Amino acid sequence: MRFKPGDRVRVVKDDVVYEGIVLPKTEFSSEDIIMLKLDNGYNVGLSVEDAQVEVLNENVVSFEFEEPSQTFFRGGGNLRISFLSTGGTIVSKVDYETGAVKPAITAAELVDMVPDFKNQVSELEVLEVYRLFSEDLTPKIWEELSFEVAKRVKSGVDGVLIAHGTDTMTYTAAALAFSLRNLPIPIVIVGAQRSSDRPSTDAVLNLKASLKVFTEAPFGEVVVSMHGHTSDEYVLIHRGVKVRKMHSSRRDAFQSINDVPLAKVVFPSMEFKLINDRYIPRARLEDFELINRFSDEVALIKFYPGFECDLIDGLIDKGYKGLVFEGTGLGHVRNACVDNIARASELGVLTVMTTQTLFGRVNLNVYSTGRRLIKAGVIPAEDMLPEVAFVKLSWLLGSYNHLSVDEIKRLFLRNLVNEINYRHEDFIYPRWYHGD
Amino acid sequence: MEINYEELGLKVGLEIHQQLATKGKLFCSCSTSLASESTPKVEVSRYLRVAKSEIGEVDPAALYEMLKGRKIIYEVPRGHACLVELDEEPPHPINMEAVLITLGIVKALNAKPVDEVYVMRKIVIDGSNTSGFQRTAVVGVGGFIEDENGRVGIQTICLEEDAARKVDEGKGYVKYNLDRLGIPLVEISTAPDIKSPEQALRVAFKLGLLLRLTGKVKRGIGTIRQDLNVSIKGGSKIEIKGVSKLELIPKVIEYEVMRQLKLLEIRDELIKRGLSSEELTYVVKDVTQVFVNTKSNLVRNALSKGLKVYALPLKGFNGILKVEVQPGRRFGTELSDYAKAWGGVGGIIHSDELPAYGISAEEKLNVFKVLNLDESRDAYVLTLADDESAERALQAVFERVKNAFVGVPKETRAANPDGTTKYMRPQPGASRMYPETDIPPLRISEELLKEAEKLKPPTPDELLSRLVKEHNLPKPIAEALVRDPLIHTYLNLVESFGRSVAPHVIASTLMIHLKGLKSQGFDVSLITEEVLEKVFEGVGSGLISKDSIPEILKEYLSSKGSKSVEELVKAYAVLRREDLEKIVDEVIERNRESILAKESKAFNIVMGEVMRVVRGKIDGKIVADVVREKLSAYLKKK
Ligand SMILES: [Zn+2]
Repeated sequence: MRFKPGDRVRVVKDDVVYEGIVLPKTEFSSEDIIMLKLDNGYNVGLSVEDAQVEVLNENVVSFEFEEPSQTFFRGGGNLRISFLSTGGTIVSKVDYETGAVKPAITAAELVDMVPDFKNQVSELEVLEVYRLFSEDLTPKIWEELSFEVAKRVKSGVDGVLIAHGTDTMTYTAAALAFSLRNLPIPIVIVGAQRSSDRPSTDAVLNLKASLKVFTEAPFGEVVVSMHGHTSDEYVLIHRGVKVRKMHSSRRDAFQSINDVPLAKVVFPSMEFKLINDRYIPRARLEDFELINRFSDEVALIKFYPGFECDLIDGLIDKGYKGLVFEGTGLGHVRNACVDNIARASELGVLTVMTTQTLFGRVNLNVYSTGRRLIKAGVIPAEDMLPEVAFVKLSWLLGSYNHLSVDEIKRLFLRNLVNEINYRHEDFIYPRWYHGD
Repeated sequence: MEINYEELGLKVGLEIHQQLATKGKLFCSCSTSLASESTPKVEVSRYLRVAKSEIGEVDPAALYEMLKGRKIIYEVPRGHACLVELDEEPPHPINMEAVLITLGIVKALNAKPVDEVYVMRKIVIDGSNTSGFQRTAVVGVGGFIEDENGRVGIQTICLEEDAARKVDEGKGYVKYNLDRLGIPLVEISTAPDIKSPEQALRVAFKLGLLLRLTGKVKRGIGTIRQDLNVSIKGGSKIEIKGVSKLELIPKVIEYEVMRQLKLLEIRDELIKRGLSSEELTYVVKDVTQVFVNTKSNLVRNALSKGLKVYALPLKGFNGILKVEVQPGRRFGTELSDYAKAWGGVGGIIHSDELPAYGISAEEKLNVFKVLNLDESRDAYVLTLADDESAERALQAVFERVKNAFVGVPKETRAANPDGTTKYMRPQPGASRMYPETDIPPLRISEELLKEAEKLKPPTPDELLSRLVKEHNLPKPIAEALVRDPLIHTYLNLVESFGRSVAPHVIASTLMIHLKGLKSQGFDVSLITEEVLEKVFEGVGSGLISKDSIPEILKEYLSSKGSKSVEELVKAYAVLRREDLEKIVDEVIERNRESILAKESKAFNIVMGEVMRVVRGKIDGKIVADVVREKLSAYLKKK
């Protein structure tokens, strides 16, 4: 008899009897394997070769996927909050019966996870905008997402929370920061390094801290709310255009680079502490503006020894309008490539120089290569993160395509949302372990 | 009282957890050795949270603490834990050395390996796992182990990660060291096929020996843990966690059977009294006013801390609470366990045990009066607590009392060091198990199985022939040894001293001398493995003669602790040859006349007298050589 996922079956193999529910195959499983959830909760894989399988009950468990949803929760507080989910670890849950990863969340589930919402919100909207891994987001999605956020800002909500996968959070944060101008409220992007179905998830604290931002933050900026320490001691509120994921897995992977985080929320007292007074105050609602076109004709190129300069020509010939380089040190590429970059400038392609050291500022005046690059038309991106420079150029080329190259160049060098920090004090560079 | 376990329908299942001695941990490359006091460490603090709907098996206390937001502090000893243990990095692929050892055990237990191994997450919220779950996987199912009383089935063989080591606990926090977290554990669960306490010990011993013979398991305190499940007809299947010593197993089972029988008697008595659980009503009354002038320090202390005295009346229960269910544990003690586990209170005081704790007979009576109870028929339970804890504690006590009408409630219990047990938590439904999505399935291929064949531990027969052929033991001793728990001690000692002390010397010490001392009425349990180590160290280094072993051990036991084994070893230190020669010369000189008179008997005369002086201090063969040599020289001279 044929069996399918969700059926309860009995398998007899090598004189051993197994009973359990057939689970859907994972992409890692071998062809001949039937995956069973036994009554003791364990999953085992059995080869169906020389095994007898008998279906005991059909469709004991259903594996249907829920449709993306919009749900609401009305609480006893006075905050109107919109929670927009794009997917990612923070909203993914493993279903213990099916083993499937469910990348969705409802308002009820969110309140169950963070009971603080109950007393704080008057209305909580939970909308699943996307169900995507963050590496699958595109500039097109930044446009749609910023549109959804702007709609809610205009409707007068007290805060917008965006659940986002952590891998490309910096890109989305920067995209929102550039496109949502004169924000009357903070926009908080929140993620998790440990999924929210784990008892040790960092999502809860990151979300709790976000609520504090809506009630206490004096700034109207796009920020990222993530753990500041491996301990559950405090959450940092980073400026979206200055934050970067600096570790592949730690809770405190997100750190402000070349800047100080805007604030921290201390646990368990939940005290909100402003730690950077260089911020953009909340604007008036009527000044809020959405400028959200992004060009997909911008490339981010990391320079390396032996880099073939023809690659630059290839991109220009393919129609790219902007090239952001991650150069070495103060912002260099090999001398041989300077001519190719000069050609790009002649053809009206914008070229930007950032540094792969991440920390510190680009300076093209110190060495002759740098001076030649300036001559070839390269824009030094100051202390901007390469990803932020990339998004900024994409936004300028998308939203201001009626402007001349020189005007866009001028805009690029303007500090729009504190993506540039002109003063680096000694303490903003981290300390590493050096023995003892 | 002789108990017929077969008639009672005793069924016992064993669950054995054994740490593996792999190079790295199950899901990272950290060493599996524990940190020392001086290992530098940092601390990390976390909180856990679980949606209530996701909780399977939990301690009520742990759940309560978690909901209250208990801080969990982790000591991170440098060199013994990395980001994986800290829950800051996904697990690495499963340790194949551990998988192979487990497969070897699967084969040795006649079980069948699954074709694909999936690692699961089992929710644990007491903080002993940084992730909030334990990773565990079924590797084999459906085996058996032979036993004199019939085959005992093996249900599952799992490979899992050990939990962190609890080092401290206090108000609002608990502290663990991360060194133990992630050490591979093999878990063997038998079917409930065991029918007597002795059989349980025997099967546990056999499983323990099998594990040890893989040569790949950790040894020493805390490296092996036994859980039991015990049921009798009419009773319930009770899980008992954490039996630390093998020898305790029969006692734990006997005491559990006794407890179940007593609980059934209590049930019958309650029915005989015409009581029923429906008629029992839950009322909690503040009776603090009875104790305002109390002489009881216990109560006074509590009152001075702002606590109150709360009472739960139990109509018709007079005398029930003092029924002894296990040695030193009354039905009241069972209720107290519930109060502690659910209410976090220090315990309860019940009317059956009063007057006690400085509480007077008059106070006892006054509580009866305040509660409108009849002191000759009824009973009550008191607890010293704040309002909220008292409510939780007495509610739990009340639920437990209602269960007295059913008999034996399903519980998970913890073993005490004396073999009795105490309530730990309710028995879980099926555990909530989530797939560990960070680890791909592992195909158990033919190659892996071939590889595992090499790690399969020898069977008892194979061990026997190894003892005879490689250790040169006489067959009868070897046969006795493979069936005796002392085999562990034997193998340990051979491992440590086998190069300097012949294995047969070790075997006869254990199987002949120790047994001899036992039959003479000595308590040979005082001769620990450490004592034996000291003795064989002496033999191995030539400090003492092997002949002195029985005497040293006997003197050690006779001295009843007044002489240390080190002292004795020193006292029996071997004579130097020059000293022996001097003694022999003296003896010959003293017996000169009889020697010359009876030359044929000369050797016996001298040997006898010398041995009286040097017995145990030097090998008899050496003495004989010296005597022979000296005598012939002496006679030649004459
Ligand atoms: Zn590790």
